[in-house]
Amino acid sequence: MTVTPKAHSKPKVAVYKFSSCDGCQLSILNLEDELLDLASVLDIAFFLEATRTVKPGPYDVGIVEGSVTTPHEAERIKEVRAECKFLVSLGTCATAGGIQALRNFARVDEYARTVYSHPEFLQYLETSTPISAHVPVDLEIWGCPVNKGTVIEALAALLQNRKPNFPPSPVCLECKLRGIICVAVAQGIPCLGPVVHGGCGALCPANGRGCYGCFGPSSAGNFSALVACMIPHDRYPNETANLLRSFSSHAPAFRAAADLALKAATGKETK
Amino acid sequence: MKTIEVPALARVEGEGGLYIGLKDGKVIEIRLDIYEPPRFFEGFLVGRFFQEVPDITARICGICPVAYQMSSVTALEKALDVEVSPQVYALRRLMYCGEYIESHALHIYLLQAPDLLGQPSALDLAVIAPDVVKNALRMKKIGNEVLKAIGGRSVHPVNACVGGWYRWPDVAPLQALLPELEWGLEAAKETVQWSLTLPYPALEIDYEFVAIHHPEEYGIMHGDVSSSKGNKTSVADYEMRYFEEHVQRSNALHGHTAFGGTYLVGPLARLNLNHAQLLPAAQKALKDAKLKLPLKNPYKSLIARAVELVHFYEEAIQLIKTYQPDGPAHLDLKLKAGEGCGMSEAPRGLLYHRYKIDDQGMVKFAKIVPPTAQNLPRIEADLFALAPKLVKMEQEQATLTAEHLVRAYDPCISCATHFLKLKIGEVGHD
Repeated sequence: MTVTPKAHSKPKVAVYKFSSCDGCQLSILNLEDELLDLASVLDIAFFLEATRTVKPGPYDVGIVEGSVTTPHEAERIKEVRAECKFLVSLGTCATAGGIQALRNFARVDEYARTVYSHPEFLQYLETSTPISAHVPVDLEIWGCPVNKGTVIEALAALLQNRKPNFPPSPVCLECKLRGIICVAVAQGIPCLGPVVHGGCGALCPANGRGCYGCFGPSSAGNFSALVACMIPHDRYPNETANLLRSFSSHAPAFRAAADLALKAATGKETK
Repeated sequence: MKTIEVPALARVEGEGGLYIGLKDGKVIEIRLDIYEPPRFFEGFLVGRFFQEVPDITARICGICPVAYQMSSVTALEKALDVEVSPQVYALRRLMYCGEYIESHALHIYLLQAPDLLGQPSALDLAVIAPDVVKNALRMKKIGNEVLKAIGGRSVHPVNACVGGWYRWPDVAPLQALLPELEWGLEAAKETVQWSLTLPYPALEIDYEFVAIHHPEEYGIMHGDVSSSKGNKTSVADYEMRYFEEHVQRSNALHGHTAFGGTYLVGPLARLNLNHAQLLPAAQKALKDAKLKLPLKNPYKSLIARAVELVHFYEEAIQLIKTYQPDGPAHLDLKLKAGEGCGMSEAPRGLLYHRYKIDDQGMVKFAKIVPPTAQNLPRIEADLFALAPKLVKMEQEQATLTAEHLVRAYDPCISCATHFLKLKIGEVGHD
């Protein structure tokens, strides 16, 4: 799809925030070496965290950070979709619901009572859901937070009217490419690397710990096999399930695998 | 009667609205409304393993994840009754230096300076003053590079754990940052000089300043909670003196002292209470600035951030030069039931955490008091103080002056719980 409306005019870009920590928007501001160049080829028409200037839509590209967690957001995302030709979900909140999707496995009213003395003042939905659960999304960029290189590749691809090159390989392959000794095999540390989308550069195994899944599920992952391997190595009750139920917990592959892990754990206890 | 509406407050982290109510030309009500959706961290932390906490709480704020990691590891180490080695602590301070450099450079140049220079954003500023913005981005990048060298990435770094570090970072990549940090130190000194030339709106407030104070180091992690009213509170007694109130219009909790007063946390409070502990280059920059302390103008928190930038570049250089990983990177932790609280100074102010864990290491209770929640009542009070001037201004100028005040606080509304709508209208007619 082409996002450049006509030759010599800069595509109009809007950046929106939904429920999130602001970290993925910050990843755009953290493009210190590229930010001014980007501003010369893109018309940053709406980006509240960076500028007071608000140019009216429609926009060529909309970039959404965050998940949908309130009735207001559920309505607002439809308006966002209507004013953007090409819509990008930026980061694991927008692509999978984020850490706040842990409410999807609990009773959110109890959370509200735990945290706020007057939960009746609050407006929230029972679930935290990705942007794609509400409107069609044209491109998803995973990561908690997103990797700067991935953001640049996505924007460059949009400007050049090509598909972005996002390798489908898992974190496990990135470890091998970096020559990192496998933390799971060598040290028995639970690691989601074999089933998690690459893109971080295997940061956690490089730091001597297991992957905790912040880039979401890899399309090539064999989840049931991994869960079966991991459970015997749980270092505390339900470690495998907890790992799967953290930053990308609402992603379908993670949901199913976490259910499997919990079932296996319960089965073990009753034997 | 004038009505001013700004669709959204820009250059802050999060969404909020501002309402200024007038009657007969006098301001009778000011409210800062926070629309940031609640995410219920303290709810879903319950039932998690204690070692997952620093990774989860980091996600409260993408701008100050290190603060969340540091306050939570400190609290959980108290609950487990362990103390980390001096080397582990020194590396924690170094990582914090990285966050301060990144966050302060972002706030000074990209978020607040455009207000003082009459520009809608740093990108517009870059058109008229390209070198200022290029240097700012370079200064900011060094902070991110320090974070990357220690924690793998600048937003939600992955190396910190309860008990220390997953792995000692390599020495060479940290030392390779020294030339850029030396450049940054000089750029920070120039930032202080430049900050003194900016046209700050006049406003003096008699604040109660509250910050962590330590006699031997610039207080960011160790020490007591000190107040400009003379009292000292240990971290353990913090909740007795300072507490939060849930206000209807806001998804954030508001902080007050136990005596009902408002207080100020953040760079002004730290500089006013802790300037004696600044490192020499920052001391000199402060002396050369010829400022009368305490600084009481909220807009001038930019100057305090600039002085702190000098300090944190200087401290980062010292810490890298003396960094010698020695012994285990983390403690071997024995599980036990317990309760602990921990505090650290996020770039925008005090961040308090308290946890209870059981003998399996599972979290039973979590309480988090973010800096912006503590500053919210103070921001409203400042707007009240500013209001008589606002009503005499042209609409555009009044709007900008009020927005600028909120931005000067570097509010992290994602933390406290985003849109700032400024409406000045007759109460009952809006």
